Amino acid sequence: MNLFGDPAVWLPLVFAGLMGLSILIYVVLDGFDLGVGVLFPFAEDDEKDRMIASIGPFWDANETWLVLAIGLLLVAFPSAHGAILTALYLPVAIMLIGLILRGVAFEFRVKAPIKHKASWNNAFFIGSMMTSLSQGFMLGMYIMGLEYTWATFAFACVTAVFLTVGYSFIGACWLILKTEKQLQLKSVKWAKGGIWGLVLGLGAISLASPLVSPRIFEKWFSFPEAILLAPLPIMSALLVGLLWIALRKLPTKDDSWAWFPFVCSIVLFTLSFFGLAYSFYPYVVPEQITIYEAASAPESLFIILVGTVFVLPTIIGYTVLAYTVFRGKATELTYD
Amino acid sequence: MDTLLLSRIQFGANISFHILFPTITIALGWVLLFFKLRFKATGDMKWMESYRFWVKVFALSFAMGVVSGITMSFQFGTNWPGFMETVGNIAGPLLAYEVMTAFFLEAVFLGIMLFGFSRVPSWLHTTATFLVAFGTTMSAFWILVLNSWMHTPAGFEMRDGVAFATDWWAIIFNPSMPYRLVHMLLASGLTVAFLLAGISAFRYVIGDKCESVRATLRTGIAIGALLIPIQIFAGDMHGLNTLEHQPAKVAAMEGNWETGPNVPLLLFAVPDQENRTNHFEIGIPNGASLILKHKAEGVVPGLNDFIEEDGTIMHPRVAPVFYSFRVMVGIGMLMLVMSWAAFWYSRKKRGGVDGLPKPLLYGLVAMSFSGWIATLAGWYTTEIGRQPWLVTGVMDTASAVADVPAPLVASTLIAYLVIYAALMFAYIGAIFYMARKAARGESIKPRVPSSGGAAVSIPAE
Repeated sequence: MNLFGDPAVWLPLVFAGLMGLSILIYVVLDGFDLGVGVLFPFAEDDEKDRMIASIGPFWDANETWLVLAIGLLLVAFPSAHGAILTALYLPVAIMLIGLILRGVAFEFRVKAPIKHKASWNNAFFIGSMMTSLSQGFMLGMYIMGLEYTWATFAFACVTAVFLTVGYSFIGACWLILKTEKQLQLKSVKWAKGGIWGLVLGLGAISLASPLVSPRIFEKWFSFPEAILLAPLPIMSALLVGLLWIALRKLPTKDDSWAWFPFVCSIVLFTLSFFGLAYSFYPYVVPEQITIYEAASAPESLFIILVGTVFVLPTIIGYTVLAYTVFRGKATELTYD
Repeated sequence: MDTLLLSRIQFGANISFHILFPTITIALGWVLLFFKLRFKATGDMKWMESYRFWVKVFALSFAMGVVSGITMSFQFGTNWPGFMETVGNIAGPLLAYEVMTAFFLEAVFLGIMLFGFSRVPSWLHTTATFLVAFGTTMSAFWILVLNSWMHTPAGFEMRDGVAFATDWWAIIFNPSMPYRLVHMLLASGLTVAFLLAGISAFRYVIGDKCESVRATLRTGIAIGALLIPIQIFAGDMHGLNTLEHQPAKVAAMEGNWETGPNVPLLLFAVPDQENRTNHFEIGIPNGASLILKHKAEGVVPGLNDFIEEDGTIMHPRVAPVFYSFRVMVGIGMLMLVMSWAAFWYSRKKRGGVDGLPKPLLYGLVAMSFSGWIATLAGWYTTEIGRQPWLVTGVMDTASAVADVPAPLVASTLIAYLVIYAALMFAYIGAIFYMARKAARGESIKPRVPSSGGAAVSIPAE
């Protein structure tokens, strides 16, 4: 246990990393299926079935990453868990109700009487919106240090909109990969519309967080950090440029490069995530509690870590299996 | 109402709603595996048709369970931060293992189980079905470990008001865990048995007498008839375990105020906590002493032993524990009568399920969701029976609650209740709708089983 020095130092760091990884995977994976839900009203009825079919086999497991992320926060940083969630009481409740609505709408829209299908489609859209908006709102409040003033509230409303647009963008990229013909054309159009929201959202967060916190400003704009970190924004800008070019050319005749926007947006989400993680380290509750102060007892963290080392690769393994089984264009979803 | 009571109602509402669906999926997963294996062994299409119908019920129940489960994992933090701050070192790893070893397993393989039949080899589909069933059961295992530990904590020490683990083996196999786990798994089996029998009986009485319906009806009756005596025995053992570790709970279940011998088994009474007595008692003399101590002179603990010098009441509110215990036992007895009668009437010599008399069939339909009521009543007995403690002897419920304004808790509570009521209505409606639709032959058509290609594709409606 003392292999890497004091476990009270490295264990919290490892768990912060694991939690960050879960949040990142969650944002990417549930991001695209929430985005598909946000795009729902823009699609025709038969397209809606195909859109659902493209995410049907995955959404359950995607949401499990949220449970793992919040679970890791709960078990590794119990006092931070309480502080963050009580501060975000209402948006959390709205998100949960949204998750409930969209999760059950998946099932009910095909299992309830056909005349109710339109209502369940609405429930799916509304649930997806509630979830995306409240997650964006929470992100904004978190960046603002969980303090409620008019200014922070306004900023959180802005991030709520931008994260929702961001989700709809990655959702559209997923649909470009998973669909064909008319729907694929539409998805390209959606992605073109969404990319500006993404750029504005990333810009707003990148500007606001250093302005709110002198500490974050210091971390980004002192020498030599500014130089060392420069690749992060430069790569993001480059990716946005590539995405724009790709979206203008897609879809190609032989459907090559259909994967490109989705992969690009994963990289983009990952870069932004690292930016945020760098800004906030070592705090788990911004400017209040560090990961070291909030961490559980080393012996408890250690027993979780032992399991994680074995289980996490297995989970990733069978997640890959599931995505492989359902690779290719989404076809009609059947139980046969 | 204050934040504490509102938070308790909110958590109670969430966990009550949530537990309904795992109760179905835990056992239904294994029943589906049984259908799939029977199909592989016999090649008889009726088993595959049974699988196709019930896997939809499984998918629906699973989705309800997942979304309500996510809600719960957040409410630890939003409403009960004190819980994790005090016992997080023990509860944390148990919950983490639940998510990592069980939740992911079921969620990932569910996709293959539901939609992979024509996409993957048959063995992989069977394996996915097995892994989903195994995952739901593992999930139940970890959650019941944690829950049992809250009832009968072991393997820890308190330092500065925070619990630290000293012996994980003792934590996992704490005194009440084996009893509670068995009791709950059997409850799940019975819930599914009566759901299978009830919905199949429903299809049968509206004229759908196909082989698949007969098979599932018989399966449901057989599982019910087999499990209910085991459950009665396991429940009795669990009761004795509770007597040893949580005597106040047993005193409340029995409605017994004074410790003493020759305590009657109360069939009915109106407990009066203010005057510390019962009204309108109807009881079997010496019954409780006989059940709990196996002799008429056996001394049964009384509630009056659990009042501290300063008058603080250290036992749960009597009426809810007393009544919910009787609801659970009553439904258990009804299950025994119904499943054994149905088993008797549907035996081979009488011509199988055609031998079932009409009233019995309608009775089974009426009892489709009886397992839910019994399960909830059982949980209310044990959880309200744990009060005023959150973790017995370690922390009380009041010290864990969040400092959130009561109106905020009240407004979200109302939102949850409205959604849950609507979903409950939609869920039960959808199951009977699917049954009616299947009975009209709309979704179950004869077709050649294969690994894909030639199979007639039936849209998932």
